[in-house]
Amino acid sequence: MAKVLMKGNEAIGEAAIRAGCVHFFGYPITPQSEVPEYLSKRLPEVGGKYVQAESEVAASNMIYGSAGVGIRVLTTSSSPGISLMAEGLSYIAACSLPVVVVNIMRAGPGLGGILPAQGDYLQAVKGTGHGDFQLVVLAPASVQEAVNLVILAFELAEKYLTPVMVIGDGMIGQMMEPVEFPIEGVGPPLDPGDWALNGARGRDKRIINSLHLDPEYCNKINMDLKAKYDRIKKNEQRWELYNCEKPYDLLVCAFGMMSRICKTAIDELAQAGYRVGLFRPISVWPFPYATCKQAMQKAKRVLVLEMNMGQMVEDIQLAGQGTREIDFFGTAGGKVFSPDESKEKMLYSLKQAGAGKSRAGVSQPSSKSEGKPKKKKAAKTAGPAKKRKAR
Amino acid sequence: MKKIFASTEALVDRPTHYCPGCTHGVIHRIVAESIEELGLRERTVGIAPVGCAVLAYEYFNCDMFEASHGRAPAVATGAKRSRPDLILFTYQGDGDLASIGMGEIIHAANRGEKITVIFVNNAVYGMTGGQMAPTTMPGQYTTTSPYGRDVKDVGYPVRMAEIVATLTTPGFVARVSLHNPKETIRAKEIIKRAFAYQAAGTCFTFVECLSTCPTNWGLSPREAEKWLEEKMVPYYPLGVKKRPEDFQEEQHGAS
Repeated sequence: MAKVLMKGNEAIGEAAIRAGCVHFFGYPITPQSEVPEYLSKRLPEVGGKYVQAESEVAASNMIYGSAGVGIRVLTTSSSPGISLMAEGLSYIAACSLPVVVVNIMRAGPGLGGILPAQGDYLQAVKGTGHGDFQLVVLAPASVQEAVNLVILAFELAEKYLTPVMVIGDGMIGQMMEPVEFPIEGVGPPLDPGDWALNGARGRDKRIINSLHLDPEYCNKINMDLKAKYDRIKKNEQRWELYNCEKPYDLLVCAFGMMSRICKTAIDELAQAGYRVGLFRPISVWPFPYATCKQAMQKAKRVLVLEMNMGQMVEDIQLAGQGTREIDFFGTAGGKVFSPDESKEKMLYSLKQAGAGKSRAGVSQPSSKSEGKPKKKKAAKTAGPAKKRKAR
Repeated sequence: MKKIFASTEALVDRPTHYCPGCTHGVIHRIVAESIEELGLRERTVGIAPVGCAVLAYEYFNCDMFEASHGRAPAVATGAKRSRPDLILFTYQGDGDLASIGMGEIIHAANRGEKITVIFVNNAVYGMTGGQMAPTTMPGQYTTTSPYGRDVKDVGYPVRMAEIVATLTTPGFVARVSLHNPKETIRAKEIIKRAFAYQAAGTCFTFVECLSTCPTNWGLSPREAEKWLEEKMVPYYPLGVKKRPEDFQEEQHGAS
């Protein structure tokens, strides 16, 4: 299939349609507004329904209603809007309904700014809303990967009957890149199975509910959710290791767009003879702790770079279990590290690690093309048990 | 022998948790009868609120959601827009609909969602123990208006049916009361009419039901009926506020 040049937000909307999702409930907020704009035009063309909610609170409850009647459904928003969706997402997780939510993150806290940031990491992976529930969270680093992960998000949501979130910073939503859609046309509708509320015709009534006043039963619901999350942790970890085939002195950990900037810096440092590898979680929940630990232990030191004040560092520390020194540099407010700034931080950490240039002279980056990491295909993507490629 | 009265198949045959003298049970009954008589039960999805009727999903014998506080119209919107062939109704109290859910109900009405909203107004938060609601009467004592509702401090009770009826979008909006058998029969007619409009895909439908809360009003069931009739009905006038037949298209287009 030919590649098309598309803005990230529009590509995300189209990816949902290709995945067979033709129902969208959302609310405008910069920098994700092109998703509702695109879908308000496209969904009527494919027999779907676009509804502009009165608020993100309402949108999160509309997708609860839509998924509850057995329909594949999407909503998208940006940071402050996701905070408002926390209510609906807790109910959706409690009721084990499949929905996909995209967060095109902007600077925070509060109203923050409209420029890219990664400040909602902890909100997405640790505490989206009240009660013991968990989102599956996928973090793309390109428009193409955003397309692939939106499609994967629907697969995972329906496989585990659980809400899945795709988090991209504002750059993912706003930049244009060539993309290829792995699915032609509109995917088939969701099979509502034996849980959807589609009318008690010839069967007993069904109830979708998260009120359980009996502590024994409410405990059971929580235990069942935990068992599901344990299965997801076991089966659905996804990550990328870059420049890690050969020995390296420093392991850089970054997710989303920040990882891509790091690749440029790593390539340039490799040219200069420094040995730096990159670990990038693609599923930030479930976080690939074991792989991260292995990668950390091959390095003398670890550097975490994020477009926030150190939210993923906690997961890297958990992975490393105190076995490696970890440096962190963060930027927020819409300021993004340039490759040069990233290189500076890496040189700092290399110095702390006592690692100089490789004696063998200039080491080559693992991929062949130079300077334009976004066109490289060298990045080795490891998958979960099946060695599935990040799609 | 001729059978003149039977239980409705749209209600589950079980006791409810409602207090003695509360009119929720009667409203459940007439909603269920309307659904059954119109032959809609097998394609109806109801949405229970947060509040006294939170357990309504146990009582109606049709597919049921339980929504978060005030969001039932948004849940109904998501469901109805996804499956227009289903019949959607929300069943909400006054704390749920007129306070925390004010935004959701107004916008669902304004979009003209083809759903039926059963709004039970008993002038108090029941489930949480009798706190002041937006619908609490001036001077009424509640656990959070211990000196009586002071309208200078918190404003006047909200007349939801009138507010919803001001919207330009066509709709069927009415207020009924449950304080005596005559009004209860009238309430049943109105509720059935609302479901019939929905079944025909006509418009948004909204029925406000003035209801008693003997427990939190501190009155006997009989006194509560009298209080409803004498204190609430004059402030909350009964009747049909808006009919789809009266809609006249306005010509204010921008395109």
